[in-house]
Amino acid sequence: MAKEKRPKEPMPPFNVWVPPVLVGWLIPGGGHFLLKRRVRGGLLFFAVIGMFLFGLMMRGAMFHGQSGDLLTIIINWGGFLGDLATGLPYFLATWLGYSQPDVAGHVHDYGTKFLVTAGLLNVLAMVDVFEIAAGRKD
Amino acid sequence: MPKVNLSHFEAALLFAFFTSIVFGVVTKRTDKERLNYGLYVFGCFMLALFGLGWLMYFGHG
Repeated sequence: MAKEKRPKEPMPPFNVWVPPVLVGWLIPGGGHFLLKRRVRGGLLFFAVIGMFLFGLMMRGAMFHGQSGDLLTIIINWGGFLGDLATGLPYFLATWLGYSQPDVAGHVHDYGTKFLVTAGLLNVLAMVDVFEIAAGRKD
Repeated sequence: MPKVNLSHFEAALLFAFFTSIVFGVVTKRTDKERLNYGLYVFGCFMLALFGLGWLMYFGHG
């Protein structure tokens, strides 16, 4: 079955979407607040920060870019980008000296995944902010 | 920062809870759809959690 092709939507001007997306990156849910979607912004803040804090309390490890074989590079750089996507909470945690070595144990392992997932969920929130700012979504 | 020591189940439950909130908020267009989708995703997580749990239990013999 042939798929109907949707016309490509024009890219909105930078000044419309960059500030809310940037704020949304630094403060999870902040972009939604800036665009006056307070309830959704509050829910996103609660979910992303909650996930991040539990990751810290479970003593999850932060990823760092590492060279080596292809799989090592993908896992470590991908994990680092995921951690970085949380924005200010990530910078605050590292600046305040959070440095947990990668140790064995299911709690630490879950913690590491929680920290990365918090960043990935924030990426979804940033995409949502972009769509709202661009007028593609209410 | 206090340290928490969660079981597999508790950690997976928390993971499902936070993830479902974000999925619900960002994917749908009306509040009712968002709530329904968030609950649906949470249900799917629970189904996968218990399903895979039993599968591993029987797989171990």
